[in-house]
Amino acid sequence: MTLESMMIVAAIMFCIGLYGSLARRNVLVVLMSLELMFNGVNLTLVALAKYVVPVGIEDNIAAVLTGQVFAVFIITVAAAEVALGLGIVFAMYRNTESVDLANATELRN
Amino acid sequence: MVSEASIWAILLLPLAAFVVIGLVVRPFLNRYAWVSGILLIIALAAALALSVLTLDAVIRSGEPHFEGRQWLDVGGAVIELALLIDPLTAIMLVVVTGVSLMVQIYSLGYMRGDPSYARYFAYMALFTASMLGLVLSANIIVLYAFWELVGVSSYLLIGFWHERPAAAAAAKKAFLITRIGDVGFLIAILYLFLQGDRFAAAGLNPFHIPDIWQAAQPLAAGGAVLGGVGLTWLTLGIFSGAMGKSGQFPLHSWLPDAMEGPTPVSALIHAATMVAAGIFLVARFYPVFQAAQHALTVVALVGGFTALFAATMGLVMNDIKRVMAYSTVSQLGYMMAALGLGAFPAAIFHLVTHASFKALLFMVAGNVNHATGTFNMRYMGGLWRRMPLTYALVLIGGLSLVGIIPFAGFWSKDEILSAAWSDGWHGGGPAALWAGKLTLVFLLTGVLLTAFYTFRMIYMTFHGEFRGGAEQERADLAAEGQPNTGHLGEVHLAESPIFMWFPMVLLGVAAVFSGYLLNPQWVEEFGIPKHWITEFLIEGLKSTPLAGVVHLEVPAFNRWMAAVSTVIALAGIGLASVLYLRRSAASKDPLEAIKPVHALLSRKYFVDELYEDVIVRRSFYNGMVRAVDWVDRVVVDGVVDAIGLVSRNLGPNFLSRFQTGEVQAYGVALTLGSLLILLGFLVF
Repeated sequence: MTLESMMIVAAIMFCIGLYGSLARRNVLVVLMSLELMFNGVNLTLVALAKYVVPVGIEDNIAAVLTGQVFAVFIITVAAAEVALGLGIVFAMYRNTESVDLANATELRN
Repeated sequence: MVSEASIWAILLLPLAAFVVIGLVVRPFLNRYAWVSGILLIIALAAALALSVLTLDAVIRSGEPHFEGRQWLDVGGAVIELALLIDPLTAIMLVVVTGVSLMVQIYSLGYMRGDPSYARYFAYMALFTASMLGLVLSANIIVLYAFWELVGVSSYLLIGFWHERPAAAAAAKKAFLITRIGDVGFLIAILYLFLQGDRFAAAGLNPFHIPDIWQAAQPLAAGGAVLGGVGLTWLTLGIFSGAMGKSGQFPLHSWLPDAMEGPTPVSALIHAATMVAAGIFLVARFYPVFQAAQHALTVVALVGGFTALFAATMGLVMNDIKRVMAYSTVSQLGYMMAALGLGAFPAAIFHLVTHASFKALLFMVAGNVNHATGTFNMRYMGGLWRRMPLTYALVLIGGLSLVGIIPFAGFWSKDEILSAAWSDGWHGGGPAALWAGKLTLVFLLTGVLLTAFYTFRMIYMTFHGEFRGGAEQERADLAAEGQPNTGHLGEVHLAESPIFMWFPMVLLGVAAVFSGYLLNPQWVEEFGIPKHWITEFLIEGLKSTPLAGVVHLEVPAFNRWMAAVSTVIALAGIGLASVLYLRRSAASKDPLEAIKPVHALLSRKYFVDELYEDVIVRRSFYNGMVRAVDWVDRVVVDGVVDAIGLVSRNLGPNFLSRFQTGEVQAYGVALTLGSLLILLGFLVF
């Protein structure tokens, strides 16, 4: 396991997520794709924190763990965001009886 | 020595009177408005006493120096509230408080029964306080602030009876015309501000007046910060402010119109406050002017020309106050000419004597108006029998104005004329020799005209038969079918109450004796040293950096000049006597025989028409205003309309197409944009 392979995996995850969120019409799939993008980013954070430690801060455990701490924060925020997003999906379904984004164009013009 | 607090009190006492009268008496206690006059008189009496003490201290122990208090520090330009006490200031303090006190006592009687009694005294207090602040300040910015305050309060007082359209118009005119001059003064101050770095390099403050004196001196005297063309323009800028305030040609036309104000206001404006401010300003910056001889040439010529020009218009006026107004403009011309000729002490000396006799003459006009109800001299006449005291006082004031020995005006005017004769005082004076000679011609001709119009005024008012006063004028106006535009009062031919003649008697005494006693020509008199006021003022200059550079000497009494001016004045009086003394009531004014000249003079050389028609209406309204209007309508409005048109059409027709409402389309744009930025970041 090298830093390089981890970065490639993270980039692939991010791009799949990006494609899914931009191209898929189903809101639920879009939400899942967003989750994939989050995790791609998280992976880079954790990987970089593990493999790249700047010279001079090796003894400072708080500084060394910055990437991991960041990842934990992002997971928390993502959970909250999914809760919110699912709430919006419910509201949308109740109003339009569909979860197709092509129908959600109320803000046109 | 005097304490600093007592000098501040001179300024603050009238100011406090203004605050109390304006903010307490008038709004809440207007039933007790009579208090306001008493309050101001007490404040001014105390200020006068303190001024006399200050003058005494300056005479005995030299100029006191006080540390300034920092008011503002704007980017290195420090503006201080500081006092400048030199002989000039000390003399002006006594003149301003003294004349103002006399005028206020007179006003007690003159303004009695006016519904706006408290407002009148509030304005008067503000007026006096602004003038005192102007005289006292050592900082040109503070001086400028008080300068404008003098302008504002004169505006308020000239338009005091604002329900009369003529008064409101006159106030506006006074304000606007003096403002034209003030623009020059402001530019001069801005020039000083721009020179701030050079001042700082020499260790000077560009706003501190003694530092400005220093800066204008040659290198030997530690100056040379200002010089050359810049210095000339600086002094001309200061002079343009003085021209506006002191009614010098071509900015003189507001002063005769200012007669619409109450008569005591005219007395104050013409004697001690407003118009004296211009003379004072030039005198204050005299060490600077001294270094700019081309500017002095301009000052001398403008002053001399104004002295003659205004006197000619005074010849034909029928309104007694307008005769006096032109006389003031003319006398101010004498003072300006003296300043330009380098006779700085003579100018101030004339200012002092003129303050006493001109205030007196205006009070005479007020008395006459009380008795006849009009200011029009054609409806007066024969008043000397009914008003002997006023008649005696007008003779004193008139002879002093004409300059007949031994009245005050003689001594000061002689000082100015001999300065003109001797090419200015040594070391001063205009650059060109012919300027001094030309000014002398102007001034001597002015003496003849002064004598003529003064005695024409006295004869028309006090001699001959009484011609009916306001009642006759009202009847004549009705007969001609003209509306009663004036403010004609009632006729009751009698001497005025004590409040009115008491200050006049004091001023009369001053108009007789102040000329000789302030400046004894040959020997010491009553403990007053020879040439006191001139020596005293020169002493003030010696404490400035000027001392090492120019040598001011007091010229000896010039017997020939005195004789010539007396003969000319007597000729003027004689001419007036021949034409007016034995004139029957019905006959026309003899000057009307020379029709074109009379028309030219009584229409004031068409200067008002020139300003209103040619400058304001033609060039301003039809020229500049039209052009600006066109630019506004076509260019500015066009740009605004174009912007509106573009944004109104851009939205619905073009931009809204991109607002599909599809979140994912926005997402694609967002992503591509971010990639583009990233690409740019990587490439460049």
